[in-house]
Amino acid sequence: MRVKEKHVNALVIIGLIALPLFALISDEPFTITLATRAVILALAAVGLNIILGMGGLVSFGHALFFGIGGYTMGILAYHAQTYTTLDLGLFATGGTEFMPVIWVVAMVVSAVLAYLIGLLVLRTSGVYFIMITLAFAQMFYYFAISWAQYGGEDGLSIYVRNDFPGLNTLVPIQFFCICFVILCLVLFLKARLQNSPFGLALNAMRQTATRVETVGLNPMKLKLLAFVISGAITGLAGALFADLNRFVSPTMFSWQLSGELIVLIIIGGVGRLMGPVIGACIFVALEHFLSGLTEFWHIYLGLILLGIVLFARGGVIGLLTGKEGAHV
Amino acid sequence: MSFLSIEGLQATYGSSQALFGVDLSMAEGEVTALMGRNGMGKSTTVKAICRLIRSTGQLRLLGHDLHALPSHKVARLGVGLVPEGRRCFANLTVRENLIAAARSGDWTLQTVYDLFPRLGERAGQRAASLSGGEQQMLAIGRALMTNPRLLILDEATEGLAPIIRQEIWSVIRRLKQDTGVTILLIDKSLKELSSVSDKAVILERGKTVWSGRIDALTADISEKYVGV
Repeated sequence: MRVKEKHVNALVIIGLIALPLFALISDEPFTITLATRAVILALAAVGLNIILGMGGLVSFGHALFFGIGGYTMGILAYHAQTYTTLDLGLFATGGTEFMPVIWVVAMVVSAVLAYLIGLLVLRTSGVYFIMITLAFAQMFYYFAISWAQYGGEDGLSIYVRNDFPGLNTLVPIQFFCICFVILCLVLFLKARLQNSPFGLALNAMRQTATRVETVGLNPMKLKLLAFVISGAITGLAGALFADLNRFVSPTMFSWQLSGELIVLIIIGGVGRLMGPVIGACIFVALEHFLSGLTEFWHIYLGLILLGIVLFARGGVIGLLTGKEGAHV
Repeated sequence: MSFLSIEGLQATYGSSQALFGVDLSMAEGEVTALMGRNGMGKSTTVKAICRLIRSTGQLRLLGHDLHALPSHKVARLGVGLVPEGRRCFANLTVRENLIAAARSGDWTLQTVYDLFPRLGERAGQRAASLSGGEQQMLAIGRALMTNPRLLILDEATEGLAPIIRQEIWSVIRRLKQDTGVTILLIDKSLKELSSVSDKAVILERGKTVWSGRIDALTADISEKYVGV
């Protein structure tokens, strides 16, 4: 029996609200932290899904923006908490522990970087695009390892979670609420974007660049804008992830993380609005429960991924709803 | 200054040359039929105008050298292409196909739906699920949504049922009469081309061999170069 995609989407949102509330009532703060982790990974994957699902470009280096967001948070918070000055050449700052400022800086830095990298990488396609995005992420990975000022390979610990006005961010449910609201806002924007002329043109470009050119659209500009938006959202997710763990390390730039973000999208459904959210929930649940049973839990994750790729190419959402609603 | 001016146009596909010297001139509001047997360079000329292939020679639209522009800028200058084989965006709906191409001007979703009521009825349907005739209407509608000054229709009635062909031809006539858009037409139906076009240009082996008023096109010339 097929169900409508909007019903699946509503169920996922209700589930994401219900789980931490249930955990709160049953006094299981770790479950709330797990849900927060799923929400943040979903946010990163929603960002990636803009370029992958809508643009058809497999970025195997999106952990780069996740890491940039994480390090932006880490550096700003580190200087604020140690009362040291962050000298940026043109100006110096004492850092900040104020979350909204950190988010804006993380998004701007990620977007600028995505723009500069996009100018180069978007001239390639197919396997070359995959490799060049991976290469950029690895460059930053090795740079972070050698960046002794901010912990090098050991990473950088943040003593206290950053502040949000009116909330105690150290209380798991309150930090979850912040992340959940951001995810909902981004999903709303993504839904608007998907049906906007830009989103439709991007989707059309994925089918054939030549045809969109004949209607006066510049494929390079479309891809670049999508890459920048995608990078900014993933950067925001990185800043939240670093705040969740109160720790940043070079692993946030790792190719494994880039791969995991792609896996989340494939599990949930490429190009589907809630695909990354479902994928992230399943991934975090498997990671938690299977890793408690065996240290080789990745084998089971691999088997599930294999099953989805072979038998449910629209991911879990595709399996439940059929092809209707997929822009892929 | 003519609206579209092509002189000595040459084009190649890789190492093989397809056009050896196409000359074509169009005035604003004129309908020109580009004729010739299969493989004589009609679609290649269209691709050259749209900058989809490399070409040399003079290629000017409203005084702009098209060779200096990339394909999307040529389209933004006002060249609307209805490509051979329709080529709609298959996984978008009818409405989405039209919105993706939309630019400001007289042509809007509503005016396109008025021209092709069937598209309005199937607004939410995927382009891939439309019939051939409906896809052709969508391809024309999509080109009109760019609010073109030059509309190029490459084999717009090819492979369609006679009743649908008549519908397409009647739309082309309405476009000529009501909008005054400049149209470059490629088609196999000499009868229909003669009824709607002002001028004809005939290509033979990638070169212009005849051009003039369509009513000056004699049976001998059309038999010799077009085969009908």
